[in-house]
Amino acid sequence: MSHLDFSGINQNKQSMAKFSIGIDLGTTHSVLSYVDISEPDNDEIIQKVLQIPQLIAPGIIEEKAQLPSFLYQAHPSELADGEVVLPWTHQPQFLVGEIARHLGSKTPIRLVSSAKSWLCHAGVDCKEPILPSEAPDEVEKVSPFQASVAYLEHLSAAWNKQYPEHPITEQEITLTIPASFDPAARELTAEAAHQVGLGKAVLLEEPQAALYSWIEKSEGDWRNHASVGDIILVIDVGGGTTDLSLIAVTEQEGNLGLSRIAVGNHILLGGDNMDLALAYTLKAKLEKEGNQRLAAWQIQALTHACRSAKETLLSDDDADNIAIVVPNRGSSLIGGTLRTELTRDEVNSVLLEGFLPEVSSHDHPNESPRAGLRSKGLPYAQDAGITRHLAAFLSRQLNAINNIEGVNLPENASFIHPSAVLFNGGVLKSERITNRLMSVLNGWLRAEQAPEARLLSGLDLDLAVARGAAYYGYVRKGNGVRIKGGTAAAYYVGVESSMPAVPGMVPEIQALCIAPFGMEEGSTAELAGDEFGLIVGEPVRFRFFGSKTRREDVAGTRLEYWQDDELEELNEIEITLSDEGYKVGEVISVHLSSLITESGTLELQAISNQNNQHWKIEFDVHSDE
Amino acid sequence: MMNNTEFNIDLNLIPTTFDAVHAYLAATVFGLALTVIILLFVLLLSMLRNAKKAKQTKPTDNKEQAISVSIPKREPEVKIVEKIVEVEKIVQLPAPEPIILKESTPDAALQLLNLLQTDARFIDFIKEDMSAHSDADIGAAARVMLTGCHKTINQHFDISAVRSEEEGSPVTLNEGFNAAEVRLTGNIVGEAPFKGTLIHKGWKVTKVKLPKLTEGHQAEVIAAAQVEL
Repeated sequence: MSHLDFSGINQNKQSMAKFSIGIDLGTTHSVLSYVDISEPDNDEIIQKVLQIPQLIAPGIIEEKAQLPSFLYQAHPSELADGEVVLPWTHQPQFLVGEIARHLGSKTPIRLVSSAKSWLCHAGVDCKEPILPSEAPDEVEKVSPFQASVAYLEHLSAAWNKQYPEHPITEQEITLTIPASFDPAARELTAEAAHQVGLGKAVLLEEPQAALYSWIEKSEGDWRNHASVGDIILVIDVGGGTTDLSLIAVTEQEGNLGLSRIAVGNHILLGGDNMDLALAYTLKAKLEKEGNQRLAAWQIQALTHACRSAKETLLSDDDADNIAIVVPNRGSSLIGGTLRTELTRDEVNSVLLEGFLPEVSSHDHPNESPRAGLRSKGLPYAQDAGITRHLAAFLSRQLNAINNIEGVNLPENASFIHPSAVLFNGGVLKSERITNRLMSVLNGWLRAEQAPEARLLSGLDLDLAVARGAAYYGYVRKGNGVRIKGGTAAAYYVGVESSMPAVPGMVPEIQALCIAPFGMEEGSTAELAGDEFGLIVGEPVRFRFFGSKTRREDVAGTRLEYWQDDELEELNEIEITLSDEGYKVGEVISVHLSSLITESGTLELQAISNQNNQHWKIEFDVHSDE
Repeated sequence: MMNNTEFNIDLNLIPTTFDAVHAYLAATVFGLALTVIILLFVLLLSMLRNAKKAKQTKPTDNKEQAISVSIPKREPEVKIVEKIVEVEKIVQLPAPEPIILKESTPDAALQLLNLLQTDARFIDFIKEDMSAHSDADIGAAARVMLTGCHKTINQHFDISAVRSEEEGSPVTLNEGFNAAEVRLTGNIVGEAPFKGTLIHKGWKVTKVKLPKLTEGHQAEVIAAAQVEL
């Protein structure tokens, strides 16, 4: 969905844009990268990363390549006058960036974090002020949507400050999203961009952006590292999420082409989990050694210390243990400090065995049904085993290459065999972690007599997504190879089947395919044969499903049965026929249609069978909780 | 290292005392060294600022942001000076214009103290009464301070060696070498080129990246008091 074909209409339009800007709106960090596209014939691509001015502490402004995606709701008495100023405003509406993370680490009840993960969280209304979710009533709350807008606003203002002669609203913007984002989350992201004046922004899936960055960095050499029939597995482990995609190398008119053939589920599991796991290991060790129960701030300081210790232990072969010191909070630094050490064995057992266990390719994540009422938190992954999630993804996507020419699997394959791997995300900077992932994956491949996968290297793992997104604007101008693929899922609405009512039985539901797998940008699908009678003025809700594996269904296909893991229920969709020109209560016969917009979002419409009037169908406007 | 002169020491004790003494020594040496380094930076900074100011009065271009450290050119004149404080006075000598001594503004210095306190608990550490604590405790605290200092200094200054040769190796200084960068000591006679041995490779700051301050920021508060509710 997000690899956006810019249609002919837009290409012909005289574009005023001087820059192609890529924005990586990450779960924990946001980055803005840009490329000068005013001379598209110029082969040399000069990529830059915007240094984003941000408050790092009250009264102190520093420029950093990354803007932490945090928002802090300060108490009116908390900060002195004149200490909260940005280069472009005397009164920022929200505190975002390093200062938010810094203040929030000491006052978590006022901190909004991981807003992006909430966007893809079925069951909440992302425009309701619900964050910080643990905050007492007097703290003013914001919606996940507002938080995303605030980060985008900060980035836009920082850009406009640096390039006043090239306002951001006139540039070509590419915004990255997780490949696993559902249509509602994509729509919310596009809407957030629209709200800050970036209405033309196109969406690009992060793993694709990473691959674009790799292509750009290779300076044309990538063709020597990939060949027709390759299946590239992109593993993106960020601070809070793990994102998986498969991209096939195909032949397109005699040239190498790329086609995104599958994406994984939204897995809330990342580097932050690893740091926490280490901190809790040390906490247990300290408490066993006779220390008192650790306070929250001590655990937090431990987590912080574990983060850097982890990086050292994972990269340095000589260090067998790293001293971890949590100093006193008071001004007396000596005495009152907690001391312990993190050993290589602990890092190995907690990180490698806990997060990257050596499992077989048939293992799947342990998902026990959630006990009772789930609290209003995020649906974090229950199984921390990234390798198990990977195994499940590869087995589920066994059929992903069925319609791809030139890409084949042996008969006996029980999972799709990647031939190359591209890593992205800060966690995967550690060689020990990537080695482990490669050895587990290659073990699976060897077990099926398949050749081992090779590693595609050379990415800047922190900035690759933004860089790839900026490069993508250059690609859209017709330079370089574009990844094809269309929507990464097929979408269905739930309709009641017409069968005689049986007392005590909920009517069976059928899934009506409304947008097929792989729908390209700019294309539409109409379900002219399926009529619905809708009552004017009354909202009608439909259950809504997505499938990342059913590739054969076309628009209009009705499913009576499906496997549990084939269809994933998303937030409901809602149609309200406005009463303009109609009497309230009148029944109108409509059919449904779907459209993939140029920016990469899915738009559903109800079309009147009488006069062709269109009504937009909304995703998840109101949560029913 | 040098425990072979004493013969009547209880050998069993050596490892523990040996470690503690060295930990203490190392901590002290590091602390002192850092203090000196930091003073040097503060001085350098103030010198730079003034250099900039002086430039502004003349119609020359003034560089912003990335300040590369190049001391204004003056008569090649070599004096052996052990204390940096005196250097500052000497630098001012040659001008026929009235001698202006630079007044360093405290802001950059305060800012550096703030950064070192935030990331390294620097002020906490040097305000501590060392005699009241065991070497092991001081070592633990020094670890916090040193890792923090390392991070802060690397983040805000690009520091490179003045001379790339290995210390202890012979070096030749041709005529017109930068006397601010290379200081001659010992038997200074004759004319350039000078041949000698590199004792210390020297350090110079090639880039200063200090955060900006808002108008209302009170730089004198290098660490705000913290009250938990």
